[in-house]
Amino acid sequence: MTEKAAKTIRRPRTEMPVQPPLVRIQNYLEVALGYSEEDALTEASRCLQCKKPSCRQGCPVEIDIKGFIGQLQKGDVPGAYKVLREYNSLPSVCGRVCPQENQCEGMCVMGKNPEKTGGPVAIGRLERFVADTFAKRLAGGDAACQQITGEAACRMTRDDLTVACVGAGPSSLTVAGYLASLGIKVTVFEALHEVGGVLIYGIPEFRLPKDIVRREVDAMRELGVEFRTNWVGGKSFTVKELMEEQGFKAVFLGVGAGLPQFMHIPGENDIGVFSANEYLTRANLGRAYDFPNHDTPTFKAEEVCVVGGGNVAMDAARTALRLGAKKVSIVYRRTKAEMPARAEELEHAIEEGVKLELLSAPIALNADEGRRLVGMTAQQMKLGEPDASGRRRPEPIEGATREIPCQLVIIAVGTRPNPILLEATQGLALTKRGYIEANPETGETSIHNVFAGGDIVTGAATVISAMGAGRRAAKEIAKRLLGTEL
Amino acid sequence: MKYRILKKTVLIPGQTSLLVIDAPHVAKKAKPGNFVILRTSEKGERIPLTIADCDPEAGTITIVFLVVGKTTAEMNTFEEGQSLHDVCGPLGRPTHIEKQGTVICVGGGTGVAAMHHIAKGHAAIGNHVVAIVGARNKDLLLFCNELGSFCPEVLIATDDGSMGHHGFVTDVLKERLEQDKDVSEVVAVGPVPMMEAVSKVTKPFGVKTTVSLNAIMVDGIGMCGACRCTVGGETKFACVDGPEFDGHKVDFGELRLRLGQFRDQEKQSMELFQHKCHCAEGK
Repeated sequence: MTEKAAKTIRRPRTEMPVQPPLVRIQNYLEVALGYSEEDALTEASRCLQCKKPSCRQGCPVEIDIKGFIGQLQKGDVPGAYKVLREYNSLPSVCGRVCPQENQCEGMCVMGKNPEKTGGPVAIGRLERFVADTFAKRLAGGDAACQQITGEAACRMTRDDLTVACVGAGPSSLTVAGYLASLGIKVTVFEALHEVGGVLIYGIPEFRLPKDIVRREVDAMRELGVEFRTNWVGGKSFTVKELMEEQGFKAVFLGVGAGLPQFMHIPGENDIGVFSANEYLTRANLGRAYDFPNHDTPTFKAEEVCVVGGGNVAMDAARTALRLGAKKVSIVYRRTKAEMPARAEELEHAIEEGVKLELLSAPIALNADEGRRLVGMTAQQMKLGEPDASGRRRPEPIEGATREIPCQLVIIAVGTRPNPILLEATQGLALTKRGYIEANPETGETSIHNVFAGGDIVTGAATVISAMGAGRRAAKEIAKRLLGTEL
Repeated sequence: MKYRILKKTVLIPGQTSLLVIDAPHVAKKAKPGNFVILRTSEKGERIPLTIADCDPEAGTITIVFLVVGKTTAEMNTFEEGQSLHDVCGPLGRPTHIEKQGTVICVGGGTGVAAMHHIAKGHAAIGNHVVAIVGARNKDLLLFCNELGSFCPEVLIATDDGSMGHHGFVTDVLKERLEQDKDVSEVVAVGPVPMMEAVSKVTKPFGVKTTVSLNAIMVDGIGMCGACRCTVGGETKFACVDGPEFDGHKVDFGELRLRLGQFRDQEKQSMELFQHKCHCAEGK
């Protein structure tokens, strides 16, 4: 029925209400406001319930998308939530931050002929609606299990089966939630003072409200997951101690790829030059947008340049606007087409007034006598042949440079693995690039019963792929610990 | 309650205090040279402080701080029984300690506290530790008795001559280096100008000189690069590559500038805090 139906249905994608650009840059509240029930049902009705749904192939954790939207079409939100939760531990997060246009929505049959069909079903928005609506309806003690599994009751926690997660980002939280629902006692060790990893320190409040992360974490706590903040893997404890002294039966390493890369150009240590990690951590983890009510300060400037073209660059640029910058420019060495950022993030940034300085590569940062930044020298680039990543390689146009005045530069050109835990873990095999080598099926590392997943295995990637890795590892851990009980 | 203050000693009224904090997971692993990142409250800023001592059996660490901004001012109002909100650590690479003969440990201001822990480590392994301690006047001298309990020599310098040598620690250091050719290492912990001056003094003698950099930090685990500093022409992160570096290679000027990055906001925070304190006191 799919092809035929696609030709007859012409209702466009249901837009999601957003805060107007000029309003939202004055606050730090969430930009996208979410569907109303009416919006959600209208959008769900656009789904053709294909016999062979291709959307699912686009999802890194293979959510039964047809299934959850089918439930929603019947108006059954709890039913839809239960389907989501079978595959995804953090649907309210993924509904907000997944690059759906390259994943499920990119594969949706409705997207093949958008003029006629109105474009792909807004799967991400529906996922968000289901997760948010279900959470709002929950209350009381039994709610935790429902939130985590969609089931009314989880197994009682068994104290003899213990698993440690190192790091408290998306992959570890997935492991913790999954195992806890099976009655395995999980302890999560987090180096920072707040749980959530990149969801807390990296992604801004206006894209992912921290209350949503907290809600998920609280539900896990209720289910018996213990969180120990301020514990640094490789410093406060070692993996060996977890297994040999503390008796954990398995350990999951989900420590992320947190080390910021710099450009190694002159002036990079001048006053006013920040890594995106620092800039965003101050604003998000430290709530510097609420200074001096919160103590963590941030650096203010009228003219800001953000170097890089990914989501982190977009987040930094939009944060800078909200912190009062008059002019914020994204400086990127390729063109808009090669930017790795999500289309929606780039659009939002442009709507808010972020300028694009394309085909520009910084070659020097310039400061005054007090070494306070005054501007950037940018090399003009042109696109050459495609490189290993398949994107056309930027090449300098000889002699073509220009000065961009700015008092704040935020560098968002990627991250590397943080070596603290890796160096402190003897026998842990690493890849050539310094990431952890893990079995792609199970996540197991070179050390028996020590698993790893997320950015520390793949390099910087998406929240959902980290969760997928967490899920695979959690399944294997459960199989080993519970054996036939599973 | 976590991170409870078990003991508070006011070392210099209104200025410097010592806290013994219940933090077993840090105490178990802390070594000389390590630091912690702490927060005073849920809205607090993460600040680094070098560990001045630890007792793994009791599960405690000792920190000593000078009131320089809001966080330290607030911490100075805390009494025994109250708790810090967060203590994360131990962080940084520990001091490289090996049996090597004579080591001179120079401490200035509150830096003497951290230097004390390092000196203790050197003494424990059997090095001959000479402590040189400086302050503006004798009332501001810290840790002299503690250092005296394990250092065969404690030399003192005060700016006003109220105790020991009348002048700077660098004068005492220089004299000592001239007399004693067998000094294998000089360790300096204190204000940036003092560490810079020490490194200048030791340079002509060719003595290995280790300084502990008190850069601004956010996470303390290598994630942000706030603490980057130039050492021997290369960018290093004080939190994970340090905090101790070869004093002869450190760009102290840059460190000083970077320490001032948030001066305006720090001042604003402090003024607001003091205003609130005064209001609470009914003034």
